[in-house]
Amino acid sequence: MNTAQFIPIFASVVAAATPLAYAAFGELVTERAGILNLGVEGMMLVGAIAGFAVASQTGSLSLGFAAAILAGILLSLIFAVLTLTLQTNQVATGLALTLFGVGLSAFVGRSYVGMSLNGLPKLDIPVLGDIPFVGPLLFHFDIVVYGSLALLFALQWFFGRSYWGLVVRAIGESPASAHAIGYPVIRIRYLSILFGGAMSGLAGAYLSLAITPMWVEGMTAGRGWIALALVVFATWKPMRVLLGAYLFGGVTILQFYGQGMGVHVPSEILSMLPYVVTIFVLVLISRNPKTILLNQPMSLGQSFYPHS
Amino acid sequence: MPNLERRAQPSMVMMFASPVIAAVCMLITGYLLFTLLGKEPLHAFWVFFIKPLTTAYGIGEWLLKATPLILCGLGLAIGFRASVFNIGAEGQLTIGAIAAGGVGLYFNGVNAPWILPLMMLAGIVGGMLWAAIPALLRTRFNTSEILVSLMLVYVAQLLLGFLVQGPWRDPDGFNFPQTKMFTESEMLPLLMEGLRTNISFILALLLVAASWFYSHKMFAGFRMQVSGLAPAAARYAGFSEKRNVWLALLISGGMAGLAGMGEITGPIGQLQPVISPGYGFAAIIVAYVGRLHPLGVLLASLLMSLLYLGGETAQMELGLPSAVTGLFQGLLLFYLLAADIFINFRIKTRKRPLEQAEPVKPALSEELT
Amino acid sequence: MNTSIPVTHPRLELRGITKIYPSVIANENVDLIVRPGEIHAVLGENGAGKSTLMKIIYGVTKPDAGEMLWENREVTIESPAAARRMGIGMVFQHFSLFETLTVAENISLALDTAIPPAELAKRISEVSMEYGLPVDPHRLVHSMSVGERQRVEIVRCLLNDPRLLIMDEPTSVLTPQAVLKLFDTLRRLASEGCSILYISHKLDEIQALCDSATILRSGRVTGTTSPKQETRESLAQMMIGRELPECQMDASTPGETRLLINHLSLSTIDPFGTTLKDINLEVRGGEMVGIAGISGNGQKELLAALSGEQPAMQDDVTQICGVAAGKLNPAQRRKLGLRFVPEERLGRGAVPALSLALNAMLTNNDSSMVRHGLISYQAVRSFARDVIDKFNVKCGGDKALAGSLSGGNLQKFIVGREIMLAPKVMIVAQPTWGVDVGAAQLIRQALIELRNQGVAVLVVSEELEELFMICDRIAVIADGRLSPAVPTAQTSVEQIGLWMSGEFKHDAESSQNESEVAHA
Repeated sequence: MNTAQFIPIFASVVAAATPLAYAAFGELVTERAGILNLGVEGMMLVGAIAGFAVASQTGSLSLGFAAAILAGILLSLIFAVLTLTLQTNQVATGLALTLFGVGLSAFVGRSYVGMSLNGLPKLDIPVLGDIPFVGPLLFHFDIVVYGSLALLFALQWFFGRSYWGLVVRAIGESPASAHAIGYPVIRIRYLSILFGGAMSGLAGAYLSLAITPMWVEGMTAGRGWIALALVVFATWKPMRVLLGAYLFGGVTILQFYGQGMGVHVPSEILSMLPYVVTIFVLVLISRNPKTILLNQPMSLGQSFYPHS
Repeated sequence: MPNLERRAQPSMVMMFASPVIAAVCMLITGYLLFTLLGKEPLHAFWVFFIKPLTTAYGIGEWLLKATPLILCGLGLAIGFRASVFNIGAEGQLTIGAIAAGGVGLYFNGVNAPWILPLMMLAGIVGGMLWAAIPALLRTRFNTSEILVSLMLVYVAQLLLGFLVQGPWRDPDGFNFPQTKMFTESEMLPLLMEGLRTNISFILALLLVAASWFYSHKMFAGFRMQVSGLAPAAARYAGFSEKRNVWLALLISGGMAGLAGMGEITGPIGQLQPVISPGYGFAAIIVAYVGRLHPLGVLLASLLMSLLYLGGETAQMELGLPSAVTGLFQGLLLFYLLAADIFINFRIKTRKRPLEQAEPVKPALSEELT
Repeated sequence: MNTSIPVTHPRLELRGITKIYPSVIANENVDLIVRPGEIHAVLGENGAGKSTLMKIIYGVTKPDAGEMLWENREVTIESPAAARRMGIGMVFQHFSLFETLTVAENISLALDTAIPPAELAKRISEVSMEYGLPVDPHRLVHSMSVGERQRVEIVRCLLNDPRLLIMDEPTSVLTPQAVLKLFDTLRRLASEGCSILYISHKLDEIQALCDSATILRSGRVTGTTSPKQETRESLAQMMIGRELPECQMDASTPGETRLLINHLSLSTIDPFGTTLKDINLEVRGGEMVGIAGISGNGQKELLAALSGEQPAMQDDVTQICGVAAGKLNPAQRRKLGLRFVPEERLGRGAVPALSLALNAMLTNNDSSMVRHGLISYQAVRSFARDVIDKFNVKCGGDKALAGSLSGGNLQKFIVGREIMLAPKVMIVAQPTWGVDVGAAQLIRQALIELRNQGVAVLVVSEELEELFMICDRIAVIADGRLSPAVPTAQTSVEQIGLWMSGEFKHDAESSQNESEVAHA
């Protein structure tokens, strides 16, 4: 493979990885606080259509992304009210959120089917972008891609060094203890769910505004679920989330380049790859129960209601 | 935060009332939504919920669409009671259809009475095998059955797509991605001339009864319920967790496979790239709205089926997007989950005077410490 | 009223505190006065409302009525953080520590001012040295014993310079020797002017340590007194309204070996669990053997290995009535005559969301209850009703949900269910944990009856007093190892206490001989 081939392939791997990374980062924060939100797929879809609708109405991609984030937050707010305030089962409520998101996005998106707009432009970084090979390889992405790296460092710092990161981890381990020593468990869980929603919304909008700037019903095609699997695969560590996202980005891209590279396998079979690989890595990581027990937030998925 | 307090005992009234409350809330939202879309809400309601049932044909369609929901919903409910979350019924349904369809295509033209039962068996086994993958991975490698079963939905759909576009495509089908039509002996017998409802609806009703018997009269059903409610108690009692997972997934997979077989040998009559408008996912809602109880599943299926049918009618008559169906279905589950809180909690009104409160029972230490 | 303490402003005064839960009045019109530098006991049996009262003082729970005065000023304590700012510290019975975090991280979470990590570690070391509470700030909590964890909780409070320290049942996780050390620390704190609220249901401790006591029964104050001037009997009278019941137990001659544990070693999948190392024990028919020990020393793992919830790799490490059973599952072991009452009642011994009748079927599903795979609801219900009658379970009948019963009544139901099934070997974990005195007496007596009928009974308990009351022989589990079982009459609380900290390897030899002599 020469550089002329490599650079576009690398670029599309990064593009495919970015929404996965955002959604998984968001879910990581939610899960670190002890909440399992299976609604990522639904929030991404609603983010995708909200972003596309607002961007095509206003002509502003920034407003589109902002709308997507807002939509993700609103959707996750429903989840938060149900699971935190009304004490519903997190698994059932997450499934409901996904099913609702699928329905809502299809409903709202019906009038946007077939439209297209100009996707998110790549940044032109002076000097750095002009370096041969390295410039086009690393410095010709859009701002959301660089944002995902910034988010990685922010999360590393948050969970590794900051006081509030410690509080979130403590709540994820034992909400009862955190409540007993006086932390507002419910409020912090609300915030962590809303952060997850915002990131899922953004991830969805990246699909409909950057990768393929249009709206197609169900366009996330399971990426929300893959993001959930990524969090497990990453054993709840931000750095590994990003690595995992790039791995999956690579697998997703295989189906587009496989044909060109002379692999004679039907496209449907190649398209199965991301899903099959997801199952494979899940098996790999959960094979040893200790890996999960040691890394999974201990209260994950359990309801907590402070007695007052 | 609302002022909630835990009830001493879960409210039986609310157990039954909350699905009704959820349905009413959904209707209210629908009223607002129709108004917002500029439709006369009462007329829209009539078109959506009443009109489809004013003809015999409509009622036939209603029961026809309810059938796969009942089948998938019954299986999922049994699994959910045991806390085994198979959310890939859509994939098992697809594989069931592929397996049954494969048998049908292989024996295409052989008019024999054993073909249909064989296809049915293939459908059930196909669904079971597809569900056996998450069961195996969960019991052997502790892998989440939620994610695995869901991933396999996409794999199953891509496999179906591959088959109908490639090896199984009807050579005389003008290049449409579909297989040959099944012959008469490969189709489920109709219940009545002029309706599309077939005997799979009767089969579904029988399975409602069987499922009730299994989960309420049989010790095996009790074992699964205990596993779902309190896994540690199940271990203490010596109920095998592996058996629990396998049973839950095989039963729900088999039922979904049967539903898939019923679709292609019923209303569709061949294999196509898409054979279900999301029955396998809607069945998750059916199972919960039906309180994980077989009779509840039956009623919830009828309601959900009406939503499908109403969506189609509303699209034709009012120009409403049929996606409104999915929206209603999602809302229904949300409202149900929210209404369910009143089973275990009640809204704290005002302090009860002391003398009315029960005397202190000693050793309520779980509550007090 | 206690008049020996000079009249100053009380540090804390409660007036008419009332807290009502839907099913229970936890506190009713409670008054309490704690003076500066005083060690004040709050005495009451399980469920008397002590913990609720402490949570109200620490701002975790809000009272429905009543007022609180802190150093003569009326206050409302909005949160634990507010309580800490005022100078109130609390050591919880079930610790509020985070296992996956280090000691320093845990402590920093409960400090109201941010201290740089390096300085915090230094201050933790200083305080822990000063008060004889050694802790390493950099260790992860899950690697620590319960005793060490308690020290972390205390150090965490001390770093906030408390003027009132609440200790909720602190001695249940300590050896008798460690209890004395803790008392020294508490007396030292009191002499420096810190008031201490000491919550307990153990009369001896309160008489040994406390200057004054407020006694609670069923959520109401039944007395305020100076415990050193009272007798055990008079304190018990105030605590439970009658004298402490005693168990009737006569000598018995043990029969053949019913339960044999033979070089049982078992590693655990739980990363925070304890590995069992070469455990040997023999329990004969007609004898009651107790296993003492601080929680977290392998009790959970040993019980799971015996019940079959965590089967072993080899079959002969456990024998039930002469049959090798190491690899059998719980249902198979029940067929051999083994019956087990686990520590966790809700969620393990019983399913909270199911009726008592269905819960009866959990461990009783032989041919009379389940025939051809079908449940005979009639048989199940009548069995459950029998248990309810015979063991005096207070409940709304066999259809009442297990989760609606009080801890004591549910325990009576579970113990009763297992006893009614005619065990040959009975294993009970924490038979009276969190249970009121009346129910505890009934349960202990039922176990003694069982032993008298020739059943081999094994009791695992953290309450030494209880084991000395009902056991023929006592062994100690420490760090996954089991000491020899010595006849109760030939040992003492001090010796068992020493063994609880793992020091039985040296004297193991001699005691082994002693116990064999006793058996001969």
